[in-house]
Amino acid sequence: MSLADLTIAEAGKQLRSGQATSVDLLEAVIERASFTEAQLHCYLTIDHEGARKAAESADRELAAGTDRGPLHGIPLALKDNFCTRGMTTTCSSQILAGYVPPYDATVVSRLRSGGAVIVGKTNLDEFAMGSSTENSAFGPTRNPWDPERVPGGSSGGSAAAVAVGSALGGFGSDTGGSIRQPASLCGVVGFKPTYGLVSRYGLVAFASSLDQIGPLARNVGDALTLFEAVAGHDPLDSTSYPGPVPEMRSDLEAGPKGIRVGVVTELSGEGYEPAVSTAMAEMLNRLAADGAELVEVSLPTFELALSCYYLIAPAEASANLARFDGVRYGLRVDGETVEEMMARTRAEGFGPEVIRRILLGTYSLSAGYYDAFYGQANRLRTKLIREIAEVHERVDVLVSPTSPTVAFELGAKTQDPLAMYLSDVCTIPADLAGTPAISVPVGLDHQGLPIGLQVMAPALGEAVMFRMARAVEERAGFTARPAMAGLPT
Amino acid sequence: MSTWEPVIGIEVHVELGTASKMFCGCPVVFGDQPNTAVCPTCLGLPGALPVTNGTAIEWLARIGLALHCRIAPFSVFHRKNYFYADVPKNYQISQFDLPVCVDGWLDVTADGEEIRVGIERAHMEEDTGKSLHQGSGGRIHAATSTLLDFNRSGVPLVEIVSRPDLRSAAQARAYAQDLRALVAELGVSDARMEEGSIRFDANVSVRPVSTKELGTKVEIKNMNSFRSLERAIGSEIDRQIGVLEDGGAVIQETRHWDEEVGATKGMRTKEGSSDYRYFTEPDLVPLEMPASTVERIRTDLPELPADRRHRFGQLGLDSHLVNVLSGSDPDLRRVFDEAVALGADPVISANWITGEVTAVFRRAEASKAEVRIRGSDLAELVMMVKQGTLSSSAAKEALSGVMAGEGSPREVAEARDLVQVSDEGLIGAAIDQVLAANAEAIERLRGGEEKVLGFLVGQVMRATGGKADPKLVNALLRQRIT
Amino acid sequence: MPIEIDIAHVARLARLALTPDELDRYRSQLAVILDHAARVQAVDTTGLAPTAHPLGLSNVFRPDEVRPPLDVDEVLSQAPSARDGYFEVPPALEGA
Repeated sequence: MSLADLTIAEAGKQLRSGQATSVDLLEAVIERASFTEAQLHCYLTIDHEGARKAAESADRELAAGTDRGPLHGIPLALKDNFCTRGMTTTCSSQILAGYVPPYDATVVSRLRSGGAVIVGKTNLDEFAMGSSTENSAFGPTRNPWDPERVPGGSSGGSAAAVAVGSALGGFGSDTGGSIRQPASLCGVVGFKPTYGLVSRYGLVAFASSLDQIGPLARNVGDALTLFEAVAGHDPLDSTSYPGPVPEMRSDLEAGPKGIRVGVVTELSGEGYEPAVSTAMAEMLNRLAADGAELVEVSLPTFELALSCYYLIAPAEASANLARFDGVRYGLRVDGETVEEMMARTRAEGFGPEVIRRILLGTYSLSAGYYDAFYGQANRLRTKLIREIAEVHERVDVLVSPTSPTVAFELGAKTQDPLAMYLSDVCTIPADLAGTPAISVPVGLDHQGLPIGLQVMAPALGEAVMFRMARAVEERAGFTARPAMAGLPT
Repeated sequence: MSTWEPVIGIEVHVELGTASKMFCGCPVVFGDQPNTAVCPTCLGLPGALPVTNGTAIEWLARIGLALHCRIAPFSVFHRKNYFYADVPKNYQISQFDLPVCVDGWLDVTADGEEIRVGIERAHMEEDTGKSLHQGSGGRIHAATSTLLDFNRSGVPLVEIVSRPDLRSAAQARAYAQDLRALVAELGVSDARMEEGSIRFDANVSVRPVSTKELGTKVEIKNMNSFRSLERAIGSEIDRQIGVLEDGGAVIQETRHWDEEVGATKGMRTKEGSSDYRYFTEPDLVPLEMPASTVERIRTDLPELPADRRHRFGQLGLDSHLVNVLSGSDPDLRRVFDEAVALGADPVISANWITGEVTAVFRRAEASKAEVRIRGSDLAELVMMVKQGTLSSSAAKEALSGVMAGEGSPREVAEARDLVQVSDEGLIGAAIDQVLAANAEAIERLRGGEEKVLGFLVGQVMRATGGKADPKLVNALLRQRIT
Repeated sequence: MPIEIDIAHVARLARLALTPDELDRYRSQLAVILDHAARVQAVDTTGLAPTAHPLGLSNVFRPDEVRPPLDVDEVLSQAPSARDGYFEVPPALEGA
């Protein structure tokens, strides 16, 4: 077995026992990438030099007795919408091709000071807008379980890299499901924290009131470790939660007994692949057998969450992406006047999905339509938040499939935006509500494609969410790896 | 006589003089090298976020309270979306339907008449960068490129919107001047028009005198002094009346004041009408201002110019003196207040402050000399004149000594031998001497030649070395002659 | 009720120079998406305030303290065009 296939916890033990060095770990994941990248295209940038320096430094420190914690010396992959000082940050867009930020995102500086080794920047749907990583200006990422299929998105590069072993763990951002859905489609764990628990400072904004950074990992424990390394108040982000990060470890292994599990009626039925529904039902049975209390719950506003999302997120995006205008950084397409320069730069620099959402958002904010669209969606969001808070008076967690389907084929939905949007139907409610949610792999379908189960909890309810996720993981016993992993060492 | 009534409202932008910008820690600077006071946030770099400057919000509330506004217990920031090269995010963080300050007023005096100007709102926003249009003659239409400096981007900007309560260019000017003075008094901005730290735009319309319905309004920009503001509004009123009297219609537009031409000039309408697509700024959280905070800020307010004018009036100062004293240096006004508190006559004290004290002060300022005067000095000076211990000319000399740091008025008067002789015995002796030497003059006076009295007084003054109290000399002379 | 979209106006507001063909395509795609999204209008939301922050935070301030600005050369190194310490862009429309 290659070092590239270790979990973060295992790798940490080997580093501290002297069985492996950080440089060994880095070489293993880069070697893995050298076999898989040509086909999968997880990375937009691999920072060979910077990563090697960081790994060597981590080794020197550890040898000298300085231990920066559980991510010390661990090679990680970051989605390319995190600002990294001195390393290109493109958001998979031509408009930012070659852009080098002059500062690190808060998450990046926390990872660096925790001793992590940043292998490189991973592919995404342009500006995190998409569910398949096909909307990348630099070509799609493919699913390690079947390269004819998509890895999900928008954090498809990080999910695929973690799945295949070209990083031991990774980070993505989730606005409508962009961490959990690719995690589900790639057979890894993906976690979106409570809104505000992880700083957004330096995350290139898609929809500010929804965006949240979170980890992708091979198991629940690693996801928790990655989360802990970056969570906590940041004075540079006004929306950052000022209170303490919930304590999540003491009950992690406490099992499902006594946990009230709400099964969301609205997230089942038509449109859900039988294999997905079956896998979930089987898992629920096992949980119930071990003492979890299953409760059927109905959250009627979930039916409208997708509509609500497609009014709010593009509206915020239309303003967030206005700054890409060819004036201060990024692409410029010349024009006679500054107005013409901006309009040409934006039309050429943004891909079709981004333009579609900018137009959608601009329209729904414009005079005469605001109240019927954006205004109404934001009031409906309040209704959804209340509905979730109310249901949590009766249940501790909510469960659903993470995605109605397993990984679909490349090109299957690119001509039908609405069909693509529907693949986020299960993940969007937690984004709108700002509540934590995690996807845990529970099995493979008949084609050998992974299926994920989503566990949602009330705001700041990470402790019970992780406990439940761990219980699910233990019962699923999901140890399968894509055939591309475990290749030559 | 005129059949048209102008209706004017003023929008004021005030740059706050905080140490750091509105939403980032960059310094608020003026005139530095371009792009040297910028960071990811005020440059609109990808991923950067705003964090509200708490001091700026307090200062906005201070302005609002000074304008008698209600401070909203709950307010939010909005994004105002428009593309402009010196707006780095292509939206400006501003406030829309939930501003911090609403519904206030400011009393101003114009042409001797006091009017109450309604304040619709005062809200917080961020300033833009600066565009330098390059090209032949610096004229915009001949520009070959535009240079951008973002040092000003993100400087805290308070926008104060008046109600359309002004009815003449002179009133508009008085409002602008008083508002500027108020903001300066509050210590929240240097409020310098020439540096752009306070900027005025006017909305002007005219309507037939007897109607209530508002005419089509025109926004006037680019007024760089109070004088140009008054001229611009006056000229725009004339233009609109001319258009209407010719049977035309006023077009709603923005016009620039051209100082050289002395007229407003229409700007080419922007492509597509403005639609700012305001929505709540999701990178910021709402502002909540509890009543206790509002009260604390209110308690900390300095005395406001209008209140002070009112107080001066109640002390018996006429409107001219009120105006001059109100416009005096704040340190000198403090001297006045202290003197009056010590019992000095307010009108006499005010005359001293606005006259001789200010004159000495200005001369000293010009020569950069240090001057000092306390309220107790002024009170003592006024008292000594009233008691006849100092003549008014001697008092002026005493004052210059005081302000040069030689001591109190009494100390200076004694040291410089300025004290008037009020001793009847001493003066009587001098009168006797003078009368003995001027028998003829006495006869003429008794014969009704009043002007001779002045001659005799002069003789007595000379005999006493100019120190005798002239009033007393006069009285004693008459006693002896009649 | 079919949704009315002045796509050229929207593209102008968003500063996107799109061709007539592109505008047509986006208009029909937006119509489909908005038709789906318009379902939100069926719900009665009277009395509900719009969501400001999912956790209801308010009053987040920073002290009025200066932090060091960026280095001007690093800032301008990313600019498509810069001159004499300034960013440079083509001229604005007259009076715009």
